[in-house]
Amino acid sequence: MTSLTGTLALTRFILRRDRGWILIWIVVIVAVVALAAIGIEGVFPTQTALDQTAAATAHNAAVIAFNGPAQGLNTVGGQVAFQFGAMGMVFVGLMSIFMVGRLTRGEEEAGRLEVVRSLPVGIHANTLAAVLTVAAMNLTVGVLIAAVLIAQGLPVAGSVIFGVSFILVGLVFGGVALLVAQVTESTRVVYGTAGAVLGAAFVLRAVGDIGDGTVSWFSPIGVAQKARPFADERWWPLLLLVAVTVLLIAAAAALAVRRDLGAGLVAARPGPPAAAPSLGSPLGLAFRLQRASLLGWGAGVLVIGIAYGWIGPTVDAFIGQNKAIAELLAGAGGGSLTDMYFATSFRLMALLATGFAIGSALRVRSEETSMRAELVLATPVSRWRFAASHLAVAFAGSVILLAVAGLATGLTYGLAGGGMQNVPRLFVAALVYAPAMWIMVGLAIALDGLVPRFVGVSWAILVACVVVGFLGAVLGLPSWLQDLSPFERVPQLPAASLTLLPLVVLSAVAAGLTLIGLTGLRRRDIGRI
Amino acid sequence: MPIAISTSGLTKNFGSTRALDGLDLSVKAGEVHGFLGPNGSGKTTTIRVLLGLLRADSGDVELLGKDPWRDAVELHRRLAYVPGEVSLWPNLTGGEVIDLFGRLRGDFNRRRRDELLERFLLDPTKKTGSYSKGNRQKVALVAALASDAELLLLDEPTSGLDPLMEAVFQDCIHEVKAQGRTVLLSSHILAEVEALCDRLSIIRLGRIVEGGTLDELRHLTRTSIIAETMHPAQGLADLDGIHDFEIDAAHVRFEVDTDHLDPAVRRLSELGVRSLVSHPPTLEELFLRHYGDELAQEPERVDREGDPTPLPRR
Repeated sequence: MTSLTGTLALTRFILRRDRGWILIWIVVIVAVVALAAIGIEGVFPTQTALDQTAAATAHNAAVIAFNGPAQGLNTVGGQVAFQFGAMGMVFVGLMSIFMVGRLTRGEEEAGRLEVVRSLPVGIHANTLAAVLTVAAMNLTVGVLIAAVLIAQGLPVAGSVIFGVSFILVGLVFGGVALLVAQVTESTRVVYGTAGAVLGAAFVLRAVGDIGDGTVSWFSPIGVAQKARPFADERWWPLLLLVAVTVLLIAAAAALAVRRDLGAGLVAARPGPPAAAPSLGSPLGLAFRLQRASLLGWGAGVLVIGIAYGWIGPTVDAFIGQNKAIAELLAGAGGGSLTDMYFATSFRLMALLATGFAIGSALRVRSEETSMRAELVLATPVSRWRFAASHLAVAFAGSVILLAVAGLATGLTYGLAGGGMQNVPRLFVAALVYAPAMWIMVGLAIALDGLVPRFVGVSWAILVACVVVGFLGAVLGLPSWLQDLSPFERVPQLPAASLTLLPLVVLSAVAAGLTLIGLTGLRRRDIGRI
Repeated sequence: MPIAISTSGLTKNFGSTRALDGLDLSVKAGEVHGFLGPNGSGKTTTIRVLLGLLRADSGDVELLGKDPWRDAVELHRRLAYVPGEVSLWPNLTGGEVIDLFGRLRGDFNRRRRDELLERFLLDPTKKTGSYSKGNRQKVALVAALASDAELLLLDEPTSGLDPLMEAVFQDCIHEVKAQGRTVLLSSHILAEVEALCDRLSIIRLGRIVEGGTLDELRHLTRTSIIAETMHPAQGLADLDGIHDFEIDAAHVRFEVDTDHLDPAVRRLSELGVRSLVSHPPTLEELFLRHYGDELAQEPERVDREGDPTPLPRR
């Protein structure tokens, strides 16, 4: 097995080098689930409360579309799995994709793997070391989650199966990232493609869970939920995930030996010998560099919008079956159940699209650290104009993604029988999130201008917004904390009515942050700091 | 002759590391000025200050009569820059990048661009991600040389080029010089500096330790002499400024400080010269003596007057 020589040494090196990232991912994911397990008993203090919720949720397609099938909801364990399962598995999926992409194609793209491979190290050693690291991370997350749930007094069988499903879902997406990393030359594309598969997995299970559940079998997250933690557990669906993981890793290994170091399977084709007229200004360059990313995110939002629009009429139908529950839920939220469902859909898509917005804003930073910014700044382009060009793409791209989300959801909902008169309403309901996304762009550039070392905090803030937005109520977070998230300040259209003041205030804050960032950027040194 | 670049007492710290330590650099307009120093001596930091990317902690800096930090955009219309480590957008082609820089600078000259592509044998249809280091450097060089910039700031521009391309580069710099443009050429390739530069400055630990024309600096170096004499070479080894004296029958070989050359040659001719080979001092030697010394002893860093450190003598 000379192809694996050096694996252990490389694994140790990775654990040492990336211990920060490894720790952050594990702690955040485990902490969220642990807090949930502790908090959920406060939310449902009595069995009566659990029974009521279980009955109501079984008929609430809106909630099922975001969380998963309604199973075992009259138990605390079932509630934990329902409220935190799907979202938690998305997080372990992201963790695995990020780590695998970074440790394999990222190292290769940076040219560091070349140095490693020049040592007496086997052809598969780095890949295996990456897989071992990511497997160990997923294992740690799964074991800790199971331990926390058992410690909270939840049934052992359910806790273990819930923990194991986290491990396996993480491994599947690690495998997806590993496979994609063999095919493409760019780490960005690895993140984008594997992330799209993750998004598709989330949407597929939503579609399946709303229907008869068949479609969910095509989603790793859906399959994991078929193991029914805390609700008559069954192990065999998890074997499917094991098989898929093995297949993905084997396929990646087979592809890896068929390609050169640094190359993908798709050979780079020659491009234009001269630049198009549009590539002649900082803005033209920023757009050109972010075009592929915008298209990718646009496609993702489009698919999710279509899926949630298509589910829309089903939410109506569920209510038709149970008027009493519809009134109960409607009374609580202010709008109709369908409207609340769409409000949640748009919040989800806006938070997702913010991934693009932050990535786009941080181009200002990555251009600088990659030493490309100095080439542009050595021409008669001011720092202000250089940064503003990338930010323009971030700001406009946010609006474009929201417009795509709104139109895709509205049109599909209309075509599926929800009525075309809803299209403008849903379009506006998506667009109101623009100022909240702009604030995140502003935050990213403010960090870049003032403390460039810490631009990564932008991502942590986004994760916090996601946790607050989807789990805040169940986690029992205080309302002042929830109100810190700009996404909670946006009027929840179409369930609520449109009020302009919050949008104006959010936009003003975004503008202020942007100004702070640009000013900071003009005052500080440019380069690898 | 007007001054293109002038700095005095420039300092720049990165945390506790002092990158520039009272740097005094003066480059006249129209000259090719060599900027020599080993890795980490502050060449790149100096150039980045001149580009307005970094702000000096103290000292004065003037570029083409302006402040590089405040007037960056205005100055950048008049200069072109080639970094030592060229990093480009991997999914753009070389041709696209060159055009982009030309348009950003605003003096895009397609005819000259195409001519330079041909001279540097660069394929403009290749994605820069698939270029070697040398080819990425050619992209930056073509973009800079295709401009009308009156000042070229070149930071080790040939470190990835092969000898053929190095020759093309030297031709291009000769042309630039003939057009009366100014070049600051940072390098540690001494042959390149000897071939191109009118004057040079040697930087060590963030300050200029030696400066002047090549001829001026050669006074500080040694000439090596191999001679065959009719009489045994008596008394030669005792003269001032003679080093590494070797004698083998009628052949002598020694090095002599350039300012002690005359007595040594007189003594040789008294001995009756049959054959004589003399090597002029090379920059290499100057350089090695400066940095060889650095290895032997920690340099003094107390005198902050900005005087050039006297050349150490053995």
